[in-house]
Amino acid sequence: MTTAPPADGHTVTTTVAIARARTRQRSYRPRRAILGATGILIVLLAWEGVSRSGIADARYLPPPTEVIPRLFQVLTIGDFWIAVGQTLGAWALGLGIALVLATVLGVVIGLSPFLRRFTNSTVEFLRPVPSVALIPLAVLLFGLRIEASLLLIVYAAFWQIFIQVLYGVADVDTVAMATGRSYGFSKWQRIRDIVFPTALPYLMTGLRLAAAVALILAITAQLIIGTPGLGAEILKAQNGGQYSTMYALLLATGFLGILINTGARVLERATLSWHQSVRGEAVQ
Amino acid sequence: MKKAVVWIAFTFGLPAILISLWWIVTAISPNFFFPNPGEILVPFFETWFGPRLWLDVLPSILRFGVGVVIAMVLGVVIGVVVGLNRDLRSLTEPTFEFFRALPAPVLIPPLLLLIGPNDAMKIFIIALASIWPVLLNTVEGVRAADSVQNETSRSYGIQGFRRVRFQVLPGAAPQIMAGIRQCLPIGLILMVISEMFNTTAGLGFAIIQFQRTFAIPEMWSGILVLGLLGYGVAVVFRIFERRILRWYHGLKDLENAS
Repeated sequence: MTTAPPADGHTVTTTVAIARARTRQRSYRPRRAILGATGILIVLLAWEGVSRSGIADARYLPPPTEVIPRLFQVLTIGDFWIAVGQTLGAWALGLGIALVLATVLGVVIGLSPFLRRFTNSTVEFLRPVPSVALIPLAVLLFGLRIEASLLLIVYAAFWQIFIQVLYGVADVDTVAMATGRSYGFSKWQRIRDIVFPTALPYLMTGLRLAAAVALILAITAQLIIGTPGLGAEILKAQNGGQYSTMYALLLATGFLGILINTGARVLERATLSWHQSVRGEAVQ
Repeated sequence: MKKAVVWIAFTFGLPAILISLWWIVTAISPNFFFPNPGEILVPFFETWFGPRLWLDVLPSILRFGVGVVIAMVLGVVIGVVVGLNRDLRSLTEPTFEFFRALPAPVLIPPLLLLIGPNDAMKIFIIALASIWPVLLNTVEGVRAADSVQNETSRSYGIQGFRRVRFQVLPGAAPQIMAGIRQCLPIGLILMVISEMFNTTAGLGFAIIQFQRTFAIPEMWSGILVLGLLGYGVAVVFRIFERRILRWYHGLKDLENAS
């Protein structure tokens, strides 16, 4: 095989360094997977030990050898999947509403220095308000309906995305905007072709943070208000004294969280494959 | 003088408009669930600056503070230890990812069984929920330490605690502060909802109690207290961050200016 010329701009030394780093990473990979699995095993063994030895009441903390089979049983029950669907439904709907509201308002307010200054104090005050403070209001207005969850989810997720969009719009290159204007871009064209690509990495960061927060709030609403979903099922299992089911549902909720986090990261990479931050990561 | 007027107009303009709008709408069509702002302000002072300040507000804030400080200290310590060792990082990564992804409120029912509805359980759940952003950001910040700095430390024989104190921690500080910023709202959420199960005191309990007894203006004033608390926490964090990352912001400004 003939040696390829070094990639654009790279000296031979950097190319060699990158190749070395890659092989080092590749040879570490199996070790990493084994260590990771060992870590999980250690946690499970510790849990089993605590439960069997009686350090914690085995009634209240059943060992994993009881909980994990229970999890597989739960997975075959239709009601479980309905609860998962309700949780994911509230999550997706809330996140979607927050995304649209935050993007539109973020771009409109971000593009106008006047509006940005005018809304700043209000935003800074409303943003840190914990959305769980709205639980009593949600109960009064909507009772056990899904809107109660939505109020909490939208409020929490909105600020995460909105703030990032504001940062993103503020990051737009003034020269690029001026160039667009001199070439006779319409306002809409400028937003689509200059503002949007600049703000997209920020928007995706906001969306990733908001996705996790939205799940927390969806589960919280179900636990506290009792809107249907996984949270309500966990509470039901606890009240009914079915503790291994409660822990099985808890594990399932964790896996749902991992699924959402991974999904958000994959989406971020896919939509930003053209962006420096993602392209740069491949070479290290 | 003119500058001050403009600043006041910009800062209080929108809040004034929103509050007057609320006032006008509730005056035209009174709604049981939405009292007018004046009706909220009276119980705000009557309710929260009496015995409730000592029974509900301060204990809640104290639990939040203790929980979050435990999370920060443990998060940074464990994060540095794990971040400095590649094998330890691989060992813990999947487990940490699981706990980070797990929505912390689901841990309240089992902790109620195991610890009981007391202060220890509430502080524990606040710390347990807010440790993950700090811990994982510290690991990431320590891992991504500048290799030139690492090698400089090694050549000068700076090792162990001194290396952590003078090279690793300052290098990771911006990332650690980002983690702390994420952990504060989570701690606040857990502070409120841990008080909504089997308890008889605390801010979270109080606002649910007002809602159940249809004491609507008092409920709104409770929401206002939580809002002010959230705002206060954000302000304290910003002062704290400015102090700790003063060198970093200075560096950034220099880079931006050049």
